[in-house]
Amino acid sequence: MKPDKLLVIGGSAGSLQVILSLLAAIGEGFPMPVLILLHRNGGFESSLEDIFSSRTSLPIREVEEKDPLRAGTIYLCPADYHVLLEKDHSFSLDYSERVHFSRPSIDVTFRSAADIFGPGLICLLLSGGNSDGAEGMQYVQERGGLTAVQDPATADVPYMPQQVINRMKVDFIVPTDDIPRFVRQLGEPHK
Amino acid sequence: MENDVIRYEDVELLLNDLHERYGYDFTEYSKASLQRRIYRLFTLDKFPSFAEFRYRLQTDNYYFRRFVEEITVNVTEMLRDPSFYRTLRTTILPVLATYPFIRIWHAGCSTGEEVYSMAILLKEAGLLHKSLLYGTDINPQVIDKARKGIFPVSQMQKYSENYIQSGGVRDFSSYYTANYHLAKFDSALTAKMIFSTHNLVSDFSFNEFQLILCRNTLIYFERDLQSKVFRLFDYSLENFGYLALGSKESLRFSPIADRYRQVGKEKIWRKTHEAG
Repeated sequence: MKPDKLLVIGGSAGSLQVILSLLAAIGEGFPMPVLILLHRNGGFESSLEDIFSSRTSLPIREVEEKDPLRAGTIYLCPADYHVLLEKDHSFSLDYSERVHFSRPSIDVTFRSAADIFGPGLICLLLSGGNSDGAEGMQYVQERGGLTAVQDPATADVPYMPQQVINRMKVDFIVPTDDIPRFVRQLGEPHK
Repeated sequence: MENDVIRYEDVELLLNDLHERYGYDFTEYSKASLQRRIYRLFTLDKFPSFAEFRYRLQTDNYYFRRFVEEITVNVTEMLRDPSFYRTLRTTILPVLATYPFIRIWHAGCSTGEEVYSMAILLKEAGLLHKSLLYGTDINPQVIDKARKGIFPVSQMQKYSENYIQSGGVRDFSSYYTANYHLAKFDSALTAKMIFSTHNLVSDFSFNEFQLILCRNTLIYFERDLQSKVFRLFDYSLENFGYLALGSKESLRFSPIADRYRQVGKEKIWRKTHEAG
């Protein structure tokens, strides 16, 4: 069955630690797929998959083109490709120009996911020194998706989440320490 | 905001128009990427509505040409994924060296950077004199650029690093002449290249090759079209020839998979026998 919800987490400088801590909070039975997009340079690709796997019991998978989305799986965007979603809930990769000096770009993935999931999309933007993600997050909100950012006051690099706050009324501003609990609650019923 | 967005239904409408009017079939391209490129062009050229965009495409041949140039992705670089090129040097070229004449096809070569990369490798292996490199792309504009072999000087540092990582031991700058912000590659390399437009969707096989490279083109195609293109490659590849794909592409789910064996860790497959 195609999932009707998707959580996309975007992060750049200073967000790795946050992602590791929230992974520990997503366990067996998490009811939706999770897509993690981390800006990184080509260097340490596959090791990231290994580091993440040690933090959660859920399967971690680096996105390959045409992979179908499955609930309870954590997907990792590969270095150097934009990641898009198709109508049949499969992934597409795209090697077009960088956006905000980034490939993968968070804006590109947020927008594409919003086109497919609309109100079923949840986006979380973490620490970073880049303005990637802000425009995409506004697009997500316009299509009824849920938007959340790491509280810049507690982020390692506040610039990226701050860009979202400057631009729009974001649904949740979550202090760093509360992010694991916040994510866990997204997976609980009646949220 | 809804009214400035091109919906998936609109994209399908447009693609059917173009197929009917110009014979270019994009209907089996992956829609997410295509929709994004079309929306980008629509915004770039400031069309007030989708209807006007569609009308322009239906009536203006020149604008359709621009459409093809803009919606196809033309990002490439020299010696992209150096470890891939290292494998070509150490594993593939020694086998190709045993042939009296080497024919290589770069399908979807864009502005040709990877064709020049290959020519450099062949030259260093002492094989360029008996090689012919075919570069094809759907987009005539990038093919013109590829023929010229002129690339921005600003890229050369990156390419030089890729070159060293790929196992290159010469001075990379010996392959080009820099002039202001442009680098013109050695005409001895270009002399062994043939560039032409070719549409993987609708055009046929035009030769037999020992090596076909198609890197980061198939990611833009839906599964059925991928299968069709794999069959075209299979048909165009000599027995024991090699097929090289992009770092996130695979032969695994293709109809020709059972006749190919992957070479090491890179995305290179060798044809083990002909179709029955």
